[in-house]
Amino acid sequence: MKKIFLFISLVTVTAIAVFNSCSKKLDEANLAYPLLNPSKADGNAGTWKPILLASASEFPCPAPIATTSPDYILQLNEIKSFQNNITSENKDLVNYWGAGAVLRWNEIMRELVAKHNVPPYQNPDGTYPFPNANNPLAYPLFPFSNPPYAARAYAYLSAAQYDACVAAYYYKSLYNRAAPFTVDATIQTLLPKSTLPSYPSEDAVVEGASIELLKLLFPGDQDYINQRAEEHKRARLIAGANVRSDLDAGETLGRAIAAKFIARARGDRAGAAIGTQAQWTQFETDATAKGETPWYSQESPKRPPMLPLFGKVKTWLFDSLTMVTTIRPPAPPSTGSAQFKTETAEIYQMQKDLTREQKAIATFWSDGVGTYTPPGHWNYIAATEFVQQNFSEARWARNMALLNMSIMDAGIVCWDAKYFYFNPRPMQIDTRIKTDLGLPNFPAYISGHSTFSGAASTVLGYIIPTKAQQFIDMAKEASVSRMYGAIHFRSDCEVGLTTGNKVGSYAISRGHTDGAE
Amino acid sequence: MQKHCYSKYKILSIVIGLLFFGQVTLAQTDIDGIMMQKNFFCIGPTVDKTSWKNYWEGTFKRDNANLGTVSSTAAMIMGNYGITNKLNVLFGLPYIKSKASAGNLKGQKGLQDLSLWVKWVAKEKKIGKGNLKGILEGGYSTPVSNYYIDLMPLAIGMHSKTGSIRLMADYEMGDWFATVSGTYMMRSNVTLDRYTYYTTELHYTNEVEMPDANDFNFRIGYRSSTWIAEAIVDKFTTLGGFDITKNNMPFVSNKMNATKLGLHVKYDTDFVNGLSFVADANTTVAGRNIGQSSSFGGGVFYILDFSKKKKEEKKK
Repeated sequence: MKKIFLFISLVTVTAIAVFNSCSKKLDEANLAYPLLNPSKADGNAGTWKPILLASASEFPCPAPIATTSPDYILQLNEIKSFQNNITSENKDLVNYWGAGAVLRWNEIMRELVAKHNVPPYQNPDGTYPFPNANNPLAYPLFPFSNPPYAARAYAYLSAAQYDACVAAYYYKSLYNRAAPFTVDATIQTLLPKSTLPSYPSEDAVVEGASIELLKLLFPGDQDYINQRAEEHKRARLIAGANVRSDLDAGETLGRAIAAKFIARARGDRAGAAIGTQAQWTQFETDATAKGETPWYSQESPKRPPMLPLFGKVKTWLFDSLTMVTTIRPPAPPSTGSAQFKTETAEIYQMQKDLTREQKAIATFWSDGVGTYTPPGHWNYIAATEFVQQNFSEARWARNMALLNMSIMDAGIVCWDAKYFYFNPRPMQIDTRIKTDLGLPNFPAYISGHSTFSGAASTVLGYIIPTKAQQFIDMAKEASVSRMYGAIHFRSDCEVGLTTGNKVGSYAISRGHTDGAE
Repeated sequence: MQKHCYSKYKILSIVIGLLFFGQVTLAQTDIDGIMMQKNFFCIGPTVDKTSWKNYWEGTFKRDNANLGTVSSTAAMIMGNYGITNKLNVLFGLPYIKSKASAGNLKGQKGLQDLSLWVKWVAKEKKIGKGNLKGILEGGYSTPVSNYYIDLMPLAIGMHSKTGSIRLMADYEMGDWFATVSGTYMMRSNVTLDRYTYYTTELHYTNEVEMPDANDFNFRIGYRSSTWIAEAIVDKFTTLGGFDITKNNMPFVSNKMNATKLGLHVKYDTDFVNGLSFVADANTTVAGRNIGQSSSFGGGVFYILDFSKKKKEEKKK
């Protein structure tokens, strides 16, 4: 019997040890955000300078019906009927969306980017298929949301959200319709009471602009996007924050404004960024003619370089002449130079002696296949900071727009340099070099991570000056992480970072003049 | 009985941790019906080499010229001590090194997980001409180094703590036997070096929910005082997890399933009492989100006698 007791007690101890260590529920950081409760309402945001709109009133928003009209009373009763049967799921929904519309739609885009950030599988003959926007659900799924694609996606979303907010705030001041909880004191408010007029709804204008951009950029996910939009509007009604007509007007306005951004996107040359075989060969020929070792794809079968003409895409914050003359970095160390040899040897040694901590840093910033990309990572960093700042919806939109326009422009500058110099990766030069990460399929100089991070950290330091040094340190770590990953030379990273800083300064200039300071 | 030190134990953590490699060395597990005699301690090293060229991405079978052949070598120490004739304690600890023959991904290496098992013969009964044993086991494994898990399929393990419960029946008739067992594995969540990751949705945490798993094992063969030769079927199923999407990276919480066939041979020497040699081979016949691996291995074991009888003999 003793043995049995011994055995049973051993099994029990083991089971308890395991169960204690494996409570499987995950604590997700984005579900713990506080409710949006602006310290400053920014009621004058209708006077801020829009990005594409000629003026805040370029797109019309009809005057609302009176809050004494029978139709309005009907809409109040819709809220009451929601509130009468409120469930805990309803409350979760209200709290989720209550953290902020710009925040949540930015998060939805991050998720779609991560979902679609997978390079296509090769054809049987060793060539690669390209995703087709007109047939997004056929393999390869559209899009392949690689870093340049993602940078552009975040920028269009944020810029459209910002212009939509400017317009909505303009009409809020113009019509000055009271919120439902002000009109009818029996309406409960499940969210902090906004002091702003409620028509058109800032949540719905962001939602309307967002769904149109998301559908353009992720056309195979429209069902999911619509479902999230429905949820968002329902959350506003349940919360007693808006009546139906506040939402309808906001959504309509947001969608109209989005159309202007979609027209820009269709003409920004990104559609031609894949290039042609002749163009891919030309990069190689040009580099060779300069006496340099050209970049080659290290994938097998060899994959065409990632979006080689993305450097030609239309920028937001400066013109293409400025980019080429003022921002484009100088040439990297020649592939025949002593410095190039030294930098190659440095990477070989680094990956050989890599510590576990350096590996963790490389992984933390890697943001490779199946992730929201480095631009998405900086959006997450920004969101994590912004939720603590008590920004208004309009200020969230403005700050995200500055950030993401700078990130997209950084991507354009970076891709321009990559294909202008067509410089090889460390492992092309020394095949003993191995990586713990994935090797991106495009030239090395300058580092994309460094350029994105240089721009993003500069803009975030402008938005939250007390944390500027922290953002600089993060950008430096992101930059050097690419050397730990053995996929970049020191010059790629250092020049990438300073080039990104320059791009960021253009966003700051815009910030100084947009009326939001 | 004690002569079969036999690797009753070959770490289950390998079964769990290295499934992508298919490093389930079927023939050398704690999954057998043999017990170590009271106060005898069997210990020894084994070496296994596992490799695959093709793998299943979900249910899509492919190769990958950017990996070539992925292989791993595991060197392990394991042991089995008889607390009583019916109650044994087993342990195992492997050092693993992985490598891809093509492409630029870095091979990984390190000490993996320490596994412990308690094995108890709960019931023994004569049935017909043979003898039936009912065995109950409890196992626990825990990582012993901070190895890197975010580079499947080259990662050496999953870094999950596991608790296992196994029920086993072993029927022996003369020199012939058959053993069947079922194992349930509870796996603790694991942490990554990053704070977001995508499974079928984007997660904002560094913690990954690990699905539990079960394993079914059947073995049949010949067992005499000097030789063991057996054929094995093993089916490992992950209870949850998700498929690798086309051309995506594998992930630690994928739904990894494998059906394997294996052979195991053991020889007890007659020139040194207590010394034995083992050899194993297995191959994957069906799978999901794992490599179609083949594995070969061998080991040497020695039995140490800690019984009072022996000590008393020494005193004399």
